[in-house]
Amino acid sequence: MKVTVTVNGEPVTADVEDRTLLVHYVRDVAGLTATNIGCDTTSCGACTVLLDGESVKSCTILAAQADGGEVVTVEGLAGAGGELHPMQSAFRAEHGLQCGFCTPGMVMAAISLLRENPAPTEAQVRAGLEGNLCRCTGYHNIVRAVLAAAEAGPVEAGPVEAGPVETGPVETGTEAAR
Amino acid sequence: MSILGTRVVRTEDPRLLTAGGIYVDDLRLPELAGAARVTFVRSPLAHALITGIDVSAALEAPGVVAVLTARDAGDLPPASTRPMTEPLLAGDRVRFVGEPVALVLTDHAYQGEDAAELVSVDYEPLTPVVDLSDSLAGGTLLFPDAESNLVATGSGGNGDPAKFDDCEVIVEQAIVNQRVAPVPLEVRGAAARWADGRLTLWASTQNAQLTRGAVAEALGLDFPAIRVITPDVGGGFGAKIATDRDVLAVAWAAKHVGRALRWAETRNENLMAMVHGRAQQQVIKIGGTRDGRILAYHLDIVQDCGGYPRAGGFLASLTQLMASGVYDLPRAGAQFRAVVTNTTPIAAYRGAGRPEAAAAIERAVDMFAAEIGMDPADLRRRNVVPPEAFPYTTATGATYDTGDYAQALDLVLAAAGYQDLRAAQARRREAGGPAQLGIGLSCYVEITAADGRQGETARLIVDDAGAATVHTGSSAHGQGHETAFAMLVQAELGIPMDRVTVLHGDTDMIPKGIGTYGSRSLQLGGTAVHQAAVDVKGQARKLAADMIEASEADLVLDTATGTWQVRGDPETRMSWAQLAGQAGPAGFVSDVEFKAAQATFPFGAHLALVEVDVETGKASLLRHVTVDDAGTILNPVLAEGQRHGGIAQGVAQALLEEVLYDADGNPLTNTLAAYAAITATELPFFELVSMETPTTVNPLGAKGIGEAGTIGATPAVQNAVIDAVAHLGVRHIEMPTTPERVWAAISEARASQ
Repeated sequence: MKVTVTVNGEPVTADVEDRTLLVHYVRDVAGLTATNIGCDTTSCGACTVLLDGESVKSCTILAAQADGGEVVTVEGLAGAGGELHPMQSAFRAEHGLQCGFCTPGMVMAAISLLRENPAPTEAQVRAGLEGNLCRCTGYHNIVRAVLAAAEAGPVEAGPVEAGPVETGPVETGTEAAR
Repeated sequence: MSILGTRVVRTEDPRLLTAGGIYVDDLRLPELAGAARVTFVRSPLAHALITGIDVSAALEAPGVVAVLTARDAGDLPPASTRPMTEPLLAGDRVRFVGEPVALVLTDHAYQGEDAAELVSVDYEPLTPVVDLSDSLAGGTLLFPDAESNLVATGSGGNGDPAKFDDCEVIVEQAIVNQRVAPVPLEVRGAAARWADGRLTLWASTQNAQLTRGAVAEALGLDFPAIRVITPDVGGGFGAKIATDRDVLAVAWAAKHVGRALRWAETRNENLMAMVHGRAQQQVIKIGGTRDGRILAYHLDIVQDCGGYPRAGGFLASLTQLMASGVYDLPRAGAQFRAVVTNTTPIAAYRGAGRPEAAAAIERAVDMFAAEIGMDPADLRRRNVVPPEAFPYTTATGATYDTGDYAQALDLVLAAAGYQDLRAAQARRREAGGPAQLGIGLSCYVEITAADGRQGETARLIVDDAGAATVHTGSSAHGQGHETAFAMLVQAELGIPMDRVTVLHGDTDMIPKGIGTYGSRSLQLGGTAVHQAAVDVKGQARKLAADMIEASEADLVLDTATGTWQVRGDPETRMSWAQLAGQAGPAGFVSDVEFKAAQATFPFGAHLALVEVDVETGKASLLRHVTVDDAGTILNPVLAEGQRHGGIAQGVAQALLEEVLYDADGNPLTNTLAAYAAITATELPFFELVSMETPTTVNPLGAKGIGEAGTIGATPAVQNAVIDAVAHLGVRHIEMPTTPERVWAAISEARASQ
């Protein structure tokens, strides 16, 4: 069947098998491989994307169900000049990622969480991310990152506006990552 | 000021956060264009003879390129005659549910799932051996040519289990250190291509060079005919050290059919066919005086190896080596028997043999404290190896390099407010409500870079642009090697981190290397990078001295700016670019292989505070306070991250996670809906206390930090849960301390009073 999904602002149309999952549509048709597959029971959240503004696990939705919809993946967050989305910045500053495999889904889930609850408590962040597994960080710095992003202000579900571009060297030294 | 020891955010992250990592299933290389997909047909039975395989229906299915079974593997080298040899594909017998039986190659992935269903395998069921006692009894042999199900045995130390005559108090307990699943978020995967007489294998692995060796042996190829590439790896935790037969089968199939192949397993397959960890049954025996001097300890281990030997015997030998933990014991000993069962094979999982040792003795010490009515912190402080005793050789033969175990304990107790917690616990007990507090301690020592004599490689190049490139044999999969190794170069040479490129995981580029496991990367791979930088600095000093006819001793490198000059003469200033341009066609190049004379022994202490609802048995972790001393810390951000992840996996084993089989060897936890992988809701923020006792084994003073958190956390949390209900008469609860188990232990204790 023919499916059209707008992925990160670009309409993508393809003839796909009826049973094609949204995550395969994103990875193999749209060619955006940041969104990962970590399980087959909707348990791990590695495949989390935003569909029409809501976070969904894209392994559990048929591409056909997303026909006509708008999907945002982690590739759609940074600005045109490469400036990081506040949630991406927070994950980096707080060391909220290690191997990076859960990260795209975790970042999208965290954005969805803050859009629903802009000032969550620690317990609300933990509950909100219960459906996203991370095996590297013990969640410690992920929760810190989400709380830090909330502290920094409201988050958008799309690319950051063009602004000053971070092109300088990596921040080093004693900069707080705690 | 040196960048070493400072908080540096990772250079890896912008890429991982914006474009995502390139894991093996993300590769979109021209060499893999049109690659066929591999789908495995796996055994649904734990133990059976294969009496026939009919692939004809599958071959007719849409998109099927080939269906390969053991019968097609005539182009493999002759199978080893060693007993208990593991084949690439099951031939006449299967030994665990999930064992690979056939490969289905299709144009597209969905076609593979359809066609795999059409492969018809006839099985003649055999008696499954699931219990370790059944395996030891040997009524059914997994390998009929072997005399028994035993893979290995061992014993060490001077702790005869019968010699407890001088002990006023003796405590014995059977303990299960349960089987758990590593669950890296990225499952196993590979891609392979055979072209021009050469195999290229992309694999999700912790070590490209060791993978090349495994491929060479399995396929009968020479090293020059193999290139192994490690793309980004989404976690390993030890389970991606060995090259699994599934990966070797994909490599073989690509050569066999002459078409590029890709394979990514499902999580369901991963939980059945990737290795599991732990899986020991232990008996502890501890004895001493009534006033708290431990005189003797013995640990008996039965190690479940799963369906094939793999690393099970090795893990048990590490448990034996580390049996006496942090304690200075007159007599300590351990023995093990490792056996096969019809379950998923066992191999390394974060800690790999050491968590089992720590859990056993830390439970033993707590039980001994309970028996003599002594505070478990006091008992530990009285019996730990004193700081003046290092280097300290244990009864089981480990030589601990450096440590101060009592200080680690005292730091944790102070940070946690131990006496206040005990007072709060007493008030809760007095009040008698359902929510009771438990305080659990563990003191641990572990062994890292145990194979330090094998060493690790580094090549450092400083080019005529003044940029540095590091080739390392180490193999990152989340630890932050790019950041850490670049920091080492900046510290020594003053070349800023953003001009240092760290490369790994391609055997054509880096022919010699070992990889990442056993918490070895910084202390071996990092030291090699450091020594290469020192060497390049020496080369530059000599060249600069020659160029400006100065004495080498008068030349100084300003590491803040990366410029050389004659001391006190800014006119002579030279940059790395200028010097490297004169150094030779490639600039400065240094190849180093660093081998450590011995292993290092990180140590620490953990305190867990749990709340247990005695009406439901539900245990919740409220606080977790740790000292994890891994010697000199290069980058606290990375070290803390390793501790956080380690602690979480340790807590997970204590509270939640367990791989289960039914009596027929059918897995009951082969999805993430059934396997209780720990989530954010079950964990608090961790409270980390700093302590750095450098090792003298390497010039960085660094020990390993990758596994320490796991080793310390598990017994602290288990002890805390038991402590919470000890006043009700509970003496021991097996892991995971699920509500059901805790509730049953309380009920049993009440019934027996």
